[in-house]
Amino acid sequence: MTDKQIITTPISNEDISNLKIGDVIYLTGMLATCRDDGHRRVVESNRFPDFDLKGMSILHAGPIVKTIPGAGYEMISIGPTTSRRMEAYESEFIEKTGVKIVIGKGGMGAKTAAACKAFNALHCVFPGGCAVTAATEVEEIVGLEWADFGMPEAFWIMRVKNFGPLIVSIDTKGHNLFELNKIEFEKKKELALKNLLPHVHYSHG
Amino acid sequence: MPHKKLESIISSLLEVTAIKLPTDVYASLQKMRAEETQTLACELYSCIFDNLDKAELLHRPLCQDTGVLQFFIRAGAHFPHLDILEESIFTATKLATESVPLRHNTVECFTEKNTGNNTGKLSPWIEWEIIPGDDLHIDVYMAGGGCSLPGRSKVLMPLEGYEGVAKFVFDTIVDWGVNACPPLVVGVGIGTCAATAAILSKKALLRKVGSVNANPQAADMERMIKEGLDSIGIGPLGLTGTKSVQCVNIEFAGHHPATLAVGVTVGCWATRRGSIDISADLASYAITSHS
Repeated sequence: MTDKQIITTPISNEDISNLKIGDVIYLTGMLATCRDDGHRRVVESNRFPDFDLKGMSILHAGPIVKTIPGAGYEMISIGPTTSRRMEAYESEFIEKTGVKIVIGKGGMGAKTAAACKAFNALHCVFPGGCAVTAATEVEEIVGLEWADFGMPEAFWIMRVKNFGPLIVSIDTKGHNLFELNKIEFEKKKELALKNLLPHVHYSHG
Repeated sequence: MPHKKLESIISSLLEVTAIKLPTDVYASLQKMRAEETQTLACELYSCIFDNLDKAELLHRPLCQDTGVLQFFIRAGAHFPHLDILEESIFTATKLATESVPLRHNTVECFTEKNTGNNTGKLSPWIEWEIIPGDDLHIDVYMAGGGCSLPGRSKVLMPLEGYEGVAKFVFDTIVDWGVNACPPLVVGVGIGTCAATAAILSKKALLRKVGSVNANPQAADMERMIKEGLDSIGIGPLGLTGTKSVQCVNIEFAGHHPATLAVGVTVGCWATRRGSIDISADLASYAITSHS
């Protein structure tokens, strides 16, 4: 692919302000994992990792990492986790850290969309489950913080190259791809049920 | 040493299950890929198969979430090693966590501490069924977090009927299934209470994709729900497509006349289920889920 759109960290507002929902991008630079426990620590306890997230990107993910004695860590498998779990905390997380791209799987809600609009940030999805592909796009694990959370919840800091595909699901205008899709899904669901229900009236008569 | 032998057999089942998809799931994804017409959906299927190739080539878990393990045992009443089976499953889980490696998932309740070896109180979860004979059948399911999230069960009033059952399935899939890495394998359980409906929905998930229910009415309902869900076009990873699900399997039990309980459990596109038959003397075994 010659037309890959690559975003490099540190990310400026201009780098991402023209991107629209449904666009496909790739990330090069620094990416840190942060999920349930990390979000809670930042938002509830006001504790921050030493690695400054301003202009950086986070990945909702809990990887499998192998410790290589004397040589650090090797990324084995790292797909995205369900972003919706972080919905209650993400807007405050974006505000407090200045993170520019939040990557996960599945959509996020109205609060996060409002934060993306207010603070010029994106939510993107990496294809869920494609964890070995993602691991091969990690060049190096450069740091580990909050190891007390255990392997999946810890804050792993990585250098990545052409990490993707990342599909923009919330853009900096606050447009929300999954919410728009959901309206369509709901309409089609009602139609499907209308057609189906007359055929499942099983009874003794 | 029967302990060592059993541990090694079960650990090898976990290794295969984490790295490769079962034959039926792989074939169903191939079929869905071939039938897909939308551009982004086709690209996502390419990502899925590229990942499966890389996982096999690099011998790594195809998804990082190798789940909290669930074992479904069908043990012959005369299988001679019943007394050590549970212990062997726990030890095999620890071994595979190191050797494959599997992600450290099991977190103890209340302390919320990760045990670091995928074992804990009642974890792995084991369901037992005693059957005639002297051999052993094990199904293992790697219950990932994302695809466990949509699961739920509810006790309906009987007059809500099977229409209520169908509506519950559609609401669950459209509300939460979109985030659970579609195309999903959908397990539906019907029974008396929340617990029986839930466990039957998990057993439905263990049935092969493409298998047809022995009960003709249940088979009809499986087909009709699948067609209805497909018409919504959820697509791979919930980003729209021409289809929605890999299959809908229904398992059921005779129920109380005053209740009609329904449970839904889903598996992601990467439904990792492993099955093995083990002989009484542990001398031979066959992994039947994978080719």
